[in-house]
Amino acid sequence: MLEQFTFVGFLLVVALFLGIFLISLSWLLRPKRPSPRKSEIYECGLRPHGEPWVRFKAQYYIFALVFLIFDVEAVFLFPWALAYNWLPFYAVLEGVIFILLLGAALVYVWRKGALEWM
Amino acid sequence: MTLQQILFFIFGAISLGAGVGVVTARKLFHAALWLLLAFFGVAGLYVLLEAPFFAAAQLFVYMGAIGILIIFAIMLTRGMMRQRHPRANRQWWLAGILAALFLATFVRLAWQGPWTAPAGPVPENSLGLLGLTLVDPGGFALPFEVASVLLVVALIGAVTIVRER
Amino acid sequence: MEFLSNLIVNIGVWIKGLLVGGGVAEHGAALVVKAIGAVVVGFFPLMVVVFLIWAYRKIAARMQGRLGPNSSGTWAGPYGILQTFADAIKMLTKEDIRPQGVDLIPYNLAPILVVFASVMVWAVIPFGPGRGLIGADLSIGIFYILAFSSAALIVFLMAGWSSNNKYATVGAFRAVAQLIGYEIPQLLAVLAVVMVTGSLSTQDIVGSQDVIFLVTLPVSAIIFFLASMAEINARPFELLEAESELVCGYFVEYSGMKFGMFYLAEFMNSVAVAAIFTTLFLGGWRGPWVDQAPILGTVWFLVKMGAVIFLWMLIQITLPRLRIDQMLAFNWKFLVPLALVNLCVVGLVNKGTTEGFPGGASAWTRGSILLGANLAMILATWGMLAVGERQARRRREAWQAAQAGELEVVV
Repeated sequence: MLEQFTFVGFLLVVALFLGIFLISLSWLLRPKRPSPRKSEIYECGLRPHGEPWVRFKAQYYIFALVFLIFDVEAVFLFPWALAYNWLPFYAVLEGVIFILLLGAALVYVWRKGALEWM
Repeated sequence: MTLQQILFFIFGAISLGAGVGVVTARKLFHAALWLLLAFFGVAGLYVLLEAPFFAAAQLFVYMGAIGILIIFAIMLTRGMMRQRHPRANRQWWLAGILAALFLATFVRLAWQGPWTAPAGPVPENSLGLLGLTLVDPGGFALPFEVASVLLVVALIGAVTIVRER
Repeated sequence: MEFLSNLIVNIGVWIKGLLVGGGVAEHGAALVVKAIGAVVVGFFPLMVVVFLIWAYRKIAARMQGRLGPNSSGTWAGPYGILQTFADAIKMLTKEDIRPQGVDLIPYNLAPILVVFASVMVWAVIPFGPGRGLIGADLSIGIFYILAFSSAALIVFLMAGWSSNNKYATVGAFRAVAQLIGYEIPQLLAVLAVVMVTGSLSTQDIVGSQDVIFLVTLPVSAIIFFLASMAEINARPFELLEAESELVCGYFVEYSGMKFGMFYLAEFMNSVAVAAIFTTLFLGGWRGPWVDQAPILGTVWFLVKMGAVIFLWMLIQITLPRLRIDQMLAFNWKFLVPLALVNLCVVGLVNKGTTEGFPGGASAWTRGSILLGANLAMILATWGMLAVGERQARRRREAWQAAQAGELEVVV
């Protein structure tokens, strides 16, 4: 099994190398003439005002949370889907109930209006 | 030392080093990034344990979902991104005691057992077998469904808390 | 001929033979071949993208009645085919402006990691039959892809947050809010495929497509296609960049090659998504005469992948952009429920077919029953959308009538 992951390991190195190579190549080739004006933060031509790290709406948190719930659900469902061909009908039904419960959660969030963009 | 052992030490060092990074980083965002690196190291350890599904799930759930959730949560709190923060608050001694107890327990456990690997290789299609036991009435059918209910409850709770404000 | 029929594998065998002949141990030689394979696989998306950027610009220009890159002016080769190289050189030699107050390490790490994630996905894409033409036929194949594309989202937050720019931060957060949403239907569509296949390995998924899944599981295919269009930031869902609202999204402050790397990764992701779609729903490398000449499998794969990319381009060039509320609503109120229903229906119908035919249903019977169920689902969805649309129109008309009446009273 681990033999299969040797390739992934090699690709990991290649993929990291690719990014580092591109950045360092441009580092070698590019001109370097920084000036305070040039390195000002872009804000549509105006002087940057205030700090960028504004406080965000709780909405984002809800989206991330729903995503997390479905992610965890998927981790449970992948083994179920793998075993699917050997499962009797009632076991498939169990999985369907699992999915429908999650669907009910989605409907709840929907009805609460948490999915509206404000 | 075999290649596997070397890799084990590399991934272990990544996880532990990143863990140290989490507690020593002065910006909360950096701490979150260090935490993600620690998760990545753990994923590597799972691969070495011949549990690739759990490695991928580690990337998938922890780096993908929980990492984003943590960063969103940081962004929700006003002024948390701005300045450097002190690394400890007033309860540091309590956390220290708990951490020490935890460490002691783990060290003791590690010392205790004769750690023999189960005989034989990992069965073919072990994940499918896991799936079978998950829905087997004699296995984990009930916990499987309860897990779903738990997820629903978590979601409802979160929505309620956020909507209150 | 013998050599050509399985060209890529034979080159590998030949190199290995050379190494063993030169006194390298068998095991070491295999490792070296694997490393060379990793380099080939790692650079493959880059090569495709160099061509793809040119093709995209050319096709987009033609569709909009322009010429696109061509050989007039500064010479860029026939049909402007060298334009991408010129662009690459330009990007490499541009000054890299380092804005004030950026968080240096995450800021510089983000472009590297974004390229890293889009290359890693290619490890499990099967280019042809057997074990020679796939990077690693992992037992978790498709889940590996999902895991990497999910973990890659964090890079957007890194880039946006470390840029010290309001637009970048807001852009990153909006991008991630969008992308995590669209990952769910993608996931559920893949689950339907895994269920029918009974394996996560990409090679097994291709192998089990005696009838391609685009035919037997069209709803999953459509959901996956739409969701991945959003994932790669293609036009109807192009809110990551949103030039007019967010001036570029999370990479406003990146210049020179670092910007180029985000651009590159975006194209690499679209190629990867096309390859994944081909593997999951179009039968991957399968096609006529693959048994005789495995190299044909690679050709079929590339042809199918090209077709998917072309479809993606047509949609991308034709359609305007959605608003973010429309985008999120489309995902959460349409794609996710549909994907959940699809998963249940496919699971129950497929199992029902197996239980219903005591002797075991043939692939064709099973396929046609699945297709029927899918068509029923499409019709039902269509009907519901039509009803919803009619209600919305009636409400709008009533509102407009009320407005007109009010105006008259005032006048």
